[in-house]
Order: sequence, then structure tokens, then C-alpha cells
Amino acid sequence: MPDTGQTALLDRAGLDALVAALTADGRTVVGPTVRDGAVVLAELDGADALPWGWGTELEAGRYRLVRRDDGAAFAHTSGPQSWKSFLHPQREKLWDVDRDAAGELTVCPARNEPPSYAFLGVRPCDLRAIAIQDRVLAGGHFRDDGYAERRSGAFLIAAECTEPGATCFCVSMGSGPAAEAGFDLALTELIDTGGHRFLVRAGSAEGARILDRVPSEKGDTTTSDAARSAVDAARDRMGRAMPPMDLRALLGASPEAERWDDVAARCLTCGNCTMVCPTCFCTTTEEVTDLTGDHAERWQRWDSCFDLDFSYLHGGPVRASARSRYRQWLTHKLSTWHDQFDSTGCVGCGRCITWCPVGIDITEEVNALAEEARS
Amino acid sequence: MIATSTPRMGQALPAVHRERLMPLARHVNFSSGTRLFEEGGHADRFWIVRTGTVALDMHVPGRRPVVIENLGFGELVGWSWMFAPYVWQLGAEAATPVRALEFDAATVRQLCETDAVLGQEVGLWVGKVLAHRLLAARMRLLDLYAPHGSGLPR
Amino acid sequence: MSTVPVPYRVIDRWDETRDTITLRLDPVGEPLAPFAPGRFAMVYAFGVGEIPVSVSSIPTDGGVAHTIRAVGAVSEALCRKRVGDAVGLRGPFGTGWQLETARGQDLVVVAGGIGLAPLRPLIRRVVADPRAYGRVNVLVGARTPADLVSRVEIRRWATAYTGVTVDHPGAYWRGEIGLVTRLLDGAQFDPGQATAFVCGPEPMIRATARDLVHRGVAADRVRVSLERNMRCATGHCGHCQLGPVLLCRDGPVIGFDRAEPLMRTREL
Repeated sequence: MPDTGQTALLDRAGLDALVAALTADGRTVVGPTVRDGAVVLAELDGADALPWGWGTELEAGRYRLVRRDDGAAFAHTSGPQSWKSFLHPQREKLWDVDRDAAGELTVCPARNEPPSYAFLGVRPCDLRAIAIQDRVLAGGHFRDDGYAERRSGAFLIAAECTEPGATCFCVSMGSGPAAEAGFDLALTELIDTGGHRFLVRAGSAEGARILDRVPSEKGDTTTSDAARSAVDAARDRMGRAMPPMDLRALLGASPEAERWDDVAARCLTCGNCTMVCPTCFCTTTEEVTDLTGDHAERWQRWDSCFDLDFSYLHGGPVRASARSRYRQWLTHKLSTWHDQFDSTGCVGCGRCITWCPVGIDITEEVNALAEEARS
Repeated sequence: MIATSTPRMGQALPAVHRERLMPLARHVNFSSGTRLFEEGGHADRFWIVRTGTVALDMHVPGRRPVVIENLGFGELVGWSWMFAPYVWQLGAEAATPVRALEFDAATVRQLCETDAVLGQEVGLWVGKVLAHRLLAARMRLLDLYAPHGSGLPR
Repeated sequence: MSTVPVPYRVIDRWDETRDTITLRLDPVGEPLAPFAPGRFAMVYAFGVGEIPVSVSSIPTDGGVAHTIRAVGAVSEALCRKRVGDAVGLRGPFGTGWQLETARGQDLVVVAGGIGLAPLRPLIRRVVADPRAYGRVNVLVGARTPADLVSRVEIRRWATAYTGVTVDHPGAYWRGEIGLVTRLLDGAQFDPGQATAFVCGPEPMIRATARDLVHRGVAADRVRVSLERNMRCATGHCGHCQLGPVLLCRDGPVIGFDRAEPLMRTREL
């Protein structure tokens, strides 16, 4: 999507008007909000539901909400969910089958009218994650129709990163902190002597159309420059980094590395990293029958390559050891993803580090693998 | 890697040694069902199959002999003649009419002793045959075509 | 392509061996796109689930046949199907054997156990069009004579060489005994001008492919059919990954040049 070059300035009321305009268009607006001690993604009634004045404090295996004095709405980092919860939901019905008295089968694809989503506050790393899932689920020979329908109707409002967290490493994955493409609107939050406001750029015709309906001031170069420098400053404050090298080649050449034994001794194979990862897409299927025995449903639900049954092949799992399952996850993410889908599978959001119960740090593991490869 | 293809004498031995061995060979014919040797017997000769099939078997009381492997064109029948106490470990029977080259074990062993280089080549050849048969036997031991493949579930 | 199973009816069913059957299926309504040898379908048993099964016959009068061994819940349910019963099919999926790339070449077809089923449509196509290929060799290994799939048909195929060998001969077996690779000694092919198609248990594939390469067949001309857990068959579920390969999309047939390092890595 081209950057249309159109910019505007919104205040808090303007942001609320933006949510109202999208809702009036029949869209379900989803964005960050505080719930259960975390910033989660949920349907928003208005801009008031955003996490105003909340920040997050992160470390490997640690996530805490902290109060901020500046009242910022987008000063938090990635929470436990990502937008895949909406575009590629945890459970989805694939089809219904009825068997009549003669034993004939009638199969109907399960197609509900998908909600028309507007995502407010999509981080640049998550924009990249959506683009990656687009390629996996809708860009190949076969298309995941459910995903494609939800995705094509979704309106994306990016929020550029000015407050990276301690587990963030988007810069070394080339996916942030600036939003460059793939959005309808992009916000940059500014809190300075000029007040608390949001610089808005339109990235699509639809974005520009919506922006026209929202009361706003015209963007000026001073504000644009301030926004640029805030995002540039974030670039230098990443909590973590991948080693500056060809990660695809490194992981591709490391199937027998000793480091896998080291990480396997710590990994619980719980699969948290795959659940929180915004690009992990794996699913399994379930057959559900009703009591009559003449109606069956096929369901798809998220699966994890850390699950022992994931690789089950008549007789047992191909990947039985924790070593092989961690290796599969990390090698897929950084190396074989390129072979399969022509891009990396990692966007540097840091969720897998934050939400690992034992604090395994993907950047630390990759740095150790790089070290081992050098020695 | 041990080549999985059958090591034949013609390919395994250098021509110069093959030419020293061949004059010792005798052309023999076995009609189908002829026993070449029995388990426990004195291993005083060996054969190289030219045509037909020789079945290696083992005697089980009250049952017909269990056939373990078939040997065909170019293959060595018998290796117990190489190693003391020169006793057959299995039985062998012509499963079809068989034409073969028969060698007297003592003569070949003597030739191997007097010509150390030839002796080493013959030893290597028989070693390759044994390694090949061991690998094939191990593969079959896996029972790969069983319903769940081979091995115990994890 | 339909994303949901298309109803097919069992119009014939026969036992291949003690635990393996073949279902001959005809579409109830619109058929799926035509199958090519080596491609597969997701076969759906109502109320139980789906499994990937290679096509084992492509009848000229339409429809399709699948040979299934009862080893799990879905395959057992499918093996219980009788003539007149309904199943669902999605497909065709996968790369197939790509027989067209072997025209003019000597062919070495090596099957282990039920691995003959996915090769059967390929062999039938080859023997029906002998002038398109060089010498055709069919090598079959099985556990016992009773475990041989297509036992009668094997003998009818007009080939340069057909060999059958078993691990355990039983009482009345007059044929070869031993590993399937021993049959390669009898096969007639010019290694520099040959294409091989290999299907069976993975250790058998490895041993056979290695032997063929040792005899001089180019590794990328040794096509092997591999198997992994599979859920969607459309490249979206992630289950069938074998390193860089998505077997439902890039396989199940791949060249041994690609497969060899992947098969050598444990638990990949």
C-alpha cells in the first residue's frame, strides 16, 4: 500500500472520533486495553478504553504493568496476545457434515459472515507478522478462505513504537520501530511541549477516506520531524538484538549443535512461545459428533510443534525429545520459513521471551548458536 | 559405507588373482533339491553360483527347514571353509537346477598362505560378502513392513 | 478446488492382505480434478476424521482407488467401509511421481510392503505405453508372500525385469528371499540413463536409494515418497514439515538429493 502522504494531527477526542467513525461503518474496532493485569486486545467501545497512562515492564519470563505519569496510550509493549487471535482464531469450524438415512453425506463449509475488523494500535512488528501470515495462509497455491475473508476486510491502524521494551529486538529483524507499509493509517504518539497528540499518516485510499471524516488539524513538518526523531530514538533503545549475520544460514547449518541440549534442559515444552508468537500458524483438527451420530463437525484449532502428538506418525512421535522440538521451532522460525514461505518467521516482538515460564531468550539462544558455529 | 550391492568375486578380486584362482575351479551341476551341505558338516569346499538359486536353511525338528536366504548368480555359497574349525553353520540346497564353480577349500587356503597378497584379497572379498549379508540380515530383523513399522513406540 | 470433502461412494472393495484393503470410489456428484500417480487425497471417514492416502489406481472410466492399511482410528474406520458406503475426498494434493520427466529413461521401480500401492498407477501407466520408456524394472519386497499387494497383477506386468522378494518365505514360496535391494542385481538399467521411484518404510527407502546412487543413478533421479503427520494437506497446518520441505506441498515425492540429508538428521 502506498503512503498517500496525507498527514493529520489528532488529539484524544480525535482518536475517539476515529473509533466512532469506524464503528459507524459497521466495523468491530479491536485494540489494546487493560484487563487482568495485562494489556490485552479486545473490542473497544471508544478510545477511552485504551491503556492511557499504562506502561509495561518486561524481562525474560516477566511482565508487569506500570503506571506512567505522561498518560500515554501506546507506551506499552506487546502483550500476551497478537492480532492472529482475530485473523486466525484459536478455534474455527471448517465444515458440517450430515448423514441421511441412506448413508449419503452432505458437506457444508462453515462460513459465518466474518466481522469487519478495524485494528487500532498495531505495532510495526505486528504489521510485519500479519504480512507474514498473509503469505502463509493466503499467499500459496491453496488459500485459507476463513483467514483470507477476515483479513481482506480488516482495517489496520498502526501505532509506531516510541517505547520499546526490554525484550524487543525488531530492529535486528528489520521490522520496526517505524511503520513503513501495510497499514491504512499509522499513528505516532507525541507528548511534549506541543501537548499530547497523534500524528496520523494515511497508507491507503480507505485510510485517507476515514481520516477525512475525523476532525483533525493538518500535520506540519515540525510535528512530523518530532515524530520521526521519537521513532528514531526508539531504534537505539532496543532491549535485545539478534546477532548481525545471516540467521537463515546459521540455523540451517546447526541441526547438530550442542546448544540444543543446553536449551532442552531448560525448556518445559509448554508451547507458550508458539501461542504468543504472532506468526506461528500451526493448527490441528478435531472431529466432533453429536448424540444422534448423524451430524459431525470438523474443527481446526491452534496446535504447537512443542506438543508431543504434533509429529505423531503411526506408532509414535517423530520429534520425541525436547531438543528436537525446540530445534524445530527455532529453525523453522529463522531458517526453513524462508524455504517454505520466502521470508523469516520472526518479527522481533519479544513475546516468546516475555511469556516463557523459564525465561528462555530466543536472542540469547541464537547468539549462543552463533558463538558455537564460530568456535 | 558398505555398498548394499552384492560383492561378486569377479568384481571384488583383481584380475591377476582371479586368474590364479580360476584354474582351481571345477564346474559342477546340481539338480533341484540336491543338498550341498548340512549344518555341522565339514566345510571343505565352496561354490560360486553361475545359474540357478541356492537356498540357505536351518533345520528345526519336526518342521521343514526354514529358508533364511537365497543366493543367485555370482554369489558365494559357503564361508565356513575360511575359518577353523571349518564346520558349516547352515544347510544349503539347490532350490532350482544349479550350475556352479566348486573350489576345494584346502587348496585355496594353501594358495592364500603361500601368496600373502592374494590371501589378503580373498580375505577382503569374503569379509565384504559377510558384511553385506550381515547388513541385509539386520535390515530384515527390523521387520520394516510390520503394521507399525519397526521398533518399539517411544 | 473444494476446501471441504467431496462425497464419494464405495463401488468396490477388496482385501489386498490380512490388514490392507482397497476401496474403489466413484463420485456421488461432481468429481475432484483428475489424480496423477503419486498424488494423494485426504480421505474422510464420517465422524472419525481424515488421513492422507496416495491414489493406488486411476481407472480410465473415472473415479479413484485408495489402498489403506488399518493402523489407526481413521484407517480402521475406512477399512470397515463396505460397497455402497460413503466417504469424503479432498484433493488431489502433492507433487506426484512426475513420470513425464522420465520419458526415454530406463525405469527402476522399487516398492517395499504397502509401498507398492502408490506405485501401482505409475507402473500401469508405464506398461501401457512401453515405447515411451527404456527398460522397465519392478522390484517388490514384502514381509511374507501373504503380505504382497497386487500379487497376481505383478506377474502380468510386461517389464524387462520383475523381481519379488520376501523376508519370511513360509512353506510354499519358491521365489527370492532377502532384502529388496538384492533384486537390483537382476534389474536391467543403464545407471546413467535411469530414473528410480522408491516407496516403502523409510529405512528401506534409505538403503535402496543409497544402493542406486552407489550403482551410478543420479541422486535427483531417485524419487522417494516420504510420509509425515498431515492435517490439512494445503500447506497451512505445519504438521508435515521435514526441515525446509512441506511434504503436502513440496512432496510427498522428492528427489533423494534433497531427501538424503533430511532423512539423516534424527528427529527432524
